[in-house]
Amino acid sequence: MYWDWNFAWQSVPTLLEGLWVTIQLTLGGSVLALLLGLLLAILRRTPFAPLRWLIGAIIEVLRGTPFLVQLFFVFYVLPKYGIQLPVLATGIIVLGLNYSAYTAECYRAGIEGVPQGQWEAGKALNLSTGRIWRAVILPQAIPRVIPALGNYVNQMFKDSAIVGAIGLFELLTTAKQIGGLTYRYLEPLTMAAALFLAISYLASIGVRRLERRMGAAGELAEPAAADSAAAGRS
Amino acid sequence: MDAVAAFLPYFFQGIWVTLQIFVLGLALALVVAFLTGLGRMSPVRLIRWPCAVFIEVFRGTSAIVQLFWFFYALPLFLDIRLSPLLAGVLVLGLNQGSYAAEVVRGAVQSVPRTQWEAATALNMPKGTTLRKVILPQAFVGMLPPLGNVAIDLMKNTSLVSLVTVLDLTYRAQLIRATTGETTIIFGILVVVYLILTNAISLLRRTLERRMPAGLAYAPGKE
Repeated sequence: MYWDWNFAWQSVPTLLEGLWVTIQLTLGGSVLALLLGLLLAILRRTPFAPLRWLIGAIIEVLRGTPFLVQLFFVFYVLPKYGIQLPVLATGIIVLGLNYSAYTAECYRAGIEGVPQGQWEAGKALNLSTGRIWRAVILPQAIPRVIPALGNYVNQMFKDSAIVGAIGLFELLTTAKQIGGLTYRYLEPLTMAAALFLAISYLASIGVRRLERRMGAAGELAEPAAADSAAAGRS
Repeated sequence: MDAVAAFLPYFFQGIWVTLQIFVLGLALALVVAFLTGLGRMSPVRLIRWPCAVFIEVFRGTSAIVQLFWFFYALPLFLDIRLSPLLAGVLVLGLNQGSYAAEVVRGAVQSVPRTQWEAATALNMPKGTTLRKVILPQAFVGMLPPLGNVAIDLMKNTSLVSLVTVLDLTYRAQLIRATTGETTIIFGILVVVYLILTNAISLLRRTLERRMPAGLAYAPGKE
């Protein structure tokens, strides 16, 4: 065993630069996944059947194939058709797309948890469909799935390391590069893993706390529905 | 297209590598899940704490971080050099096993307490109670989330291509680099993974239908 604390601490400033890229990936991916997922969940309830099938098929493909393969697909195939994107943008887009399939299921559980009577009451008051969504359904559906969405953001933070495979210097790839340059992989990779672990552990404590607070506030929430959505991505 | 066709037999041999990693990884994951998942509920602290630390560490970092650590750092740490395939199986098994451990724990804990009490009243030893009374009932609730773990495992097998295992993804990359037929070969790759993951969900649904009925406790109809 050749652990060198000096070298371990020396690698930290460079690792933090990589961590910053990882955070950009996570934040960008989260914004995209949270918005796109909501859009998919709402469109999936449209009365127009072909659109419903299309959305269902998109979610099926996104959930049924590996993130790495989706990443390679976008990274290598899009330039063939004249679309050149920076690596960070590619990472954010694929991360956001991939997770939108999971957040969509999550929102769906929240939306289905709103009692049918709420729709009927909205209609009785002569509200437009758009207005019912905005003012009645979503304000009740979204808060109860926030903890589950938080779990996905945390998962996205951990999965973002895969984007290194297309040459983005996020935290893990930075650690690997330090290892390659110095022939010492042990310290930088261990420190990178420790950073991932520390941040995701703190985040999971935050989510658990949120869950408890939500549990106290949202009596309407059907825990079974939210649970099955969260189990979608273990 | 012709250029790709010549490589297709080579590509499809990758299915066996992917399946091999999947099956071995899943077997390891299940063993790890039951050992650490039950261990985490042990009344003995010396068993409970290491299990909890293992689960939190392997859930707190992603499979790719663990894979790179096992592949690049472990040889320097313990002087153990793992073959890429073995590192892949080990990491996927431990990683998904830590998720499955929480599934096992959740399912065991959701079996009503009265089942334990009834067994105690019958003077049944703890181990027998777990084996004959609790686990058979818990298993019904475990199946759907374990199916998700298996699907995640299948998708994560693609990561081993990053440590030079010749699985489907690695072979697709080689063919892309050789022929330049990017769209076709990645299109085929996507379809193959879709078939594999859907086969797992189909298998899960079949198993769920065959689950024994008439248990004292059935999830969803408490």
